[in-house]
Amino acid sequence: MPSPWRHKLFAYAVTIPFAVLLGFPFVWMAVTSLKPEYQVYDPTKVWSFHPTLASYGFLFHHTGYLRWLRNSCLVGLAVVVITLVVALPAGYALARLAGRVGRTLGVAIFLTYLVPPTLLFLPLSRVVAQYLHLSDRLWALIVVYPSFTIPFAIWLLMGFFKTIPQELEDAALIDGCSRLGALVRIVFPISLPGILTVVIFTFSLVVNEFVYAITFISSSTNRTVAVGVPTDLIRGDLFNWPGIMAAILIPSIPLALVYNAFLNRFIAGFTGGAFR
Amino acid sequence: MRVETGVRRSRYRYALERQGVLATVLISPAVLFIGALVGVPLVLAVYLSFTDATAGSLSGNWVGLANFRSALHDQVFRDALWHTFLFTAISQAVVIVVAGLLAHALVRSFRGRWLIRFVILLPWAAPIALTAIGFLWFYDPQASIFTWFLEHLHITSPQNRPNWLGTPHAAMSSIITVQAWRTIPFATVIFLAGVSSIPQEVDDAAAMDGATGLRKFWHVSLPLQLPIALVAVLFGIVFTATDMVVPYILTNGGPFNSTQVLTTWAFQTGINAGNIGEGAAIALFMLPFLAAVVVGMLVFARRAEVT
Repeated sequence: MPSPWRHKLFAYAVTIPFAVLLGFPFVWMAVTSLKPEYQVYDPTKVWSFHPTLASYGFLFHHTGYLRWLRNSCLVGLAVVVITLVVALPAGYALARLAGRVGRTLGVAIFLTYLVPPTLLFLPLSRVVAQYLHLSDRLWALIVVYPSFTIPFAIWLLMGFFKTIPQELEDAALIDGCSRLGALVRIVFPISLPGILTVVIFTFSLVVNEFVYAITFISSSTNRTVAVGVPTDLIRGDLFNWPGIMAAILIPSIPLALVYNAFLNRFIAGFTGGAFR
Repeated sequence: MRVETGVRRSRYRYALERQGVLATVLISPAVLFIGALVGVPLVLAVYLSFTDATAGSLSGNWVGLANFRSALHDQVFRDALWHTFLFTAISQAVVIVVAGLLAHALVRSFRGRWLIRFVILLPWAAPIALTAIGFLWFYDPQASIFTWFLEHLHITSPQNRPNWLGTPHAAMSSIITVQAWRTIPFATVIFLAGVSSIPQEVDDAAAMDGATGLRKFWHVSLPLQLPIALVAVLFGIVFTATDMVVPYILTNGGPFNSTQVLTTWAFQTGINAGNIGEGAAIALFMLPFLAAVVVGMLVFARRAEVT
């Protein structure tokens, strides 16, 4: 058997180089974001330069960046609410529904998550424009995004609800609780960490979404951050690279922190869904 | 009257207590929502692909298989099909190897593991539409940091700088790199869950029987972690083949359509050129591939239940 120090050596030898490779782009973004604009292209100033926060100021005061962040948050919150209202009961019912029907339905709902936006954006663009009259409005995104957040949330929630013992609910039923009452008073409170995980990952799916946002939204003020930065901060040949790097880092860092905090719960739900 | 409503309410509540009724009430909103926003557009996409619909009108004239025929005769489309395959196969092969290694290293406990996991997770947590723009800067023809490193290691010279996104082969390699970079964290954490799910007793028993190193991995660890790992791999394949963010932002299919994949080509045909019917037909070529993956997942799910 390999001794513990050899174990550790292997772990460091593998993880450190890959951590450097995977993390370096963010280091370089941070460095670039602090450079004054006239030194960005100077190859002799790779590491030595006068750091400045000017690009952050430019981003906040002279572009629509804050507006895009606000739009992303608004859409994200609205979609999270819709997703929870629809997915919480469905996820619970599918987790408790014994037998073939429940399992098949669970897998079927999950499979719709695999139908990609790149297949649906063309028909949806017409539906949004002609039937819903929502083109170039954030409402278009709020209506369409649950189509992928709901299957995703149901899948995760199923995994969480399955870990809650049936006996807890049975006890509540014996004590005179209705089934819905047991759901609201017993099951949901215990599942709060799982529900929070769904909130966070749903929100981040919304912030990430690109295809629908670039198809449905046409005016700069209504863009989300994922589309606003690539379309409006890069105009023609004029690139303000430090500003763009700052624009990337600002939403990425908080997202990374909450991802890390909820990762174990996410994995538990993800791998414990319909396949268990 | 009051008595009647009371009876009705109690009957209503009684019905809610029955499991079948309650389940239907709880599940149907989700089914309706998904049906309206995934099912209907999917049918509409199939319908549109048989018409000559253009931007501004949802209905076009029925043209039968003409869109599919013209797509198949188009060299750009055929290349896009091939590029989609390359883009997916190579990036995901890299992901499987790297994520497998990382998962086996991260399962051990060592100092600083939390920090390393945090850093490895970054590419997945950050919005890819944004980080892809970051790579646009890292691949900049004049100020690429990668070129700077290579020049300092004397691998390339300033006279002969690599044009990361400007020449066909380099561009393809560049977008594959970014796609692998963004998928590795997700595959790693799911693989890690698979490795961690192996009980210590199994590990010890295998060691007692004299299984070590690669043999133990091949005969004991790999089969046990396969169910979970396969889900991650199928996910990676589906989301790479059907996503367009990385190629769209980095190259938009160029130079000379050398990185054109199905999704970017459908977008350019359907939205930029306004030929919705033709764009829908191009996007629909993803469907057989998706169906194959779905069947794979279902077969696999059934097998996982048996064991």
